[in-house]
Amino acid sequence: MDPFLTSRMVTDILSGLTNGVIYGMVALSLVLIWRSTGVLNFAQGAMPMFATYIGFALLSYHFSYWWCVIACVIAGVLIGGLTERLLVRPLYGKPEINPIVVMVGFLIVLEAVAAAIWSSFPRSLPGPFSSIHWQLAGKPFALSPFIVYEIATGLLVMIAVAVLFRFTKLGLQLRASAVAPEVSRLLGVRVGRMLTLGWMLSTVVGVITTILLSSNFFSGLTPQINDGIFAFGFIAAAVGGLESPVGAIVVGVLLGIVNQFVTDYVNQNAVIIIALALLVVSLMIRPSGVFTKPTERRV
Amino acid sequence: MITIDDLTVTFGAVQALRGVAFVAETGKITAVLGANGAGKTTLLRTISGLKEPKSGTIRMGERHLVGMRTEDIARLGIGHVPEGRGVIGEFTVEENLRLGAMMAKVNLQQGLDEQYEQFPVLGERRKQHAAKLSGGERQMLAMARALIAKPSVLLLDEPSLGLAPLVTAQLMHTIRSLCETSDLTVILVEQNASSALRIAHHAIVLHVGKVVANDTASVVAADGNLRQYYLGLVE
Repeated sequence: MDPFLTSRMVTDILSGLTNGVIYGMVALSLVLIWRSTGVLNFAQGAMPMFATYIGFALLSYHFSYWWCVIACVIAGVLIGGLTERLLVRPLYGKPEINPIVVMVGFLIVLEAVAAAIWSSFPRSLPGPFSSIHWQLAGKPFALSPFIVYEIATGLLVMIAVAVLFRFTKLGLQLRASAVAPEVSRLLGVRVGRMLTLGWMLSTVVGVITTILLSSNFFSGLTPQINDGIFAFGFIAAAVGGLESPVGAIVVGVLLGIVNQFVTDYVNQNAVIIIALALLVVSLMIRPSGVFTKPTERRV
Repeated sequence: MITIDDLTVTFGAVQALRGVAFVAETGKITAVLGANGAGKTTLLRTISGLKEPKSGTIRMGERHLVGMRTEDIARLGIGHVPEGRGVIGEFTVEENLRLGAMMAKVNLQQGLDEQYEQFPVLGERRKQHAAKLSGGERQMLAMARALIAKPSVLLLDEPSLGLAPLVTAQLMHTIRSLCETSDLTVILVEQNASSALRIAHHAIVLHVGKVVANDTASVVAADGNLRQYYLGLVE
């Protein structure tokens, strides 16, 4: 068997890709909300976490993994929609700091309530596929059936979101409501409904990410499950450009691979430092993000 | 037909429109003229539901529009081309048109073909981002986007703003021929009074929110006092 496939570099790339897909999805969910409502959602990790706890509560009633996934998605839709309607909508048109403060507060409340109801101990959820790595010629290979499922699901979600935005009537209305709400209203688009849908969609992407993380045999669901991931997702969204879903995904995936190489060749503790340095340098050189065209302004 | 009666609109303590009343008849162009700050744009925004009036009524046929949401008013068949054109720069020409056609029960391809025939330059630039179009092309796109939905009423806010005289003349000709061929009711807000009066059937003149003239376009055009004091047209 080709030793290349089990080499250190290929192993790092594949492991990094697995994390990168997760970062890309978190970044994508942040970008979806930013583009549709101009809000930087600091509760973007906590909302899906809460929905996942609700959905997986069904496990104790002996429902299958897939039924629980469906329940999580439904809970995500409800939490995303209700958050936009009840918490965010009254803040439109107010100073930009208001939604940031409210969403940071919401993050704290959700994590505290989740800990009070379900405790802070990791709750291992049964993955649908084995997490044991395949072997090639007696050597461990970087992929397992679960990792393939994780990467495939991530790619599928990203492609589905891209197709929705690019090729469907609903996507056109979602994009129009985000960039030109008044003009959209004049054309008959129900902008309020589109904004709610944007939050629902974003939370569902977050829920799928959280399910993948929680289903991993080596981690498990906790109230803080998304905190660390959120930091990398945020960095990916900011570096890629908060206006660019493609940028968020590409930078998210690359960040995952870079992190893996830093972990392997430097030190695990250096990962966040290097990621933050990347953010600072990127903001200094291109504040609007690598994949977003700089805004031109007549003076 | 749009019937406006005793319409008053305020911005805090400022009265933008004061007891405005007129009728825009079906198949006719009604020009709304006046200087900057006369309340012309506010009038169109109030008809479209973007601004809530303090008092008064707006009717389309027998249907009252005050209190309805903007998107529901648009779905009744009122197209509004806002000041500054309002094309979505991030979208291609075709995406702008697809968005315009979305709420109307029209065949998309047929609608696109009709607009490309009416405005050939848009057909040539269908894949181009609207931000890259010239001022005249953007105005055509804004018009085409409103027309593709087959509205029964079209509100046009300063369509000639920033356009070369030749382009303005072409645009006014297009508006007039659309009105004659499709029974379209047009309310045309213009600062360029002479261009608007040339194609309008009826005209009202607003001065600091009040209607100071309401007559046929030819009568308004012939009134020396109106021309001099309210329209800035000097012989």
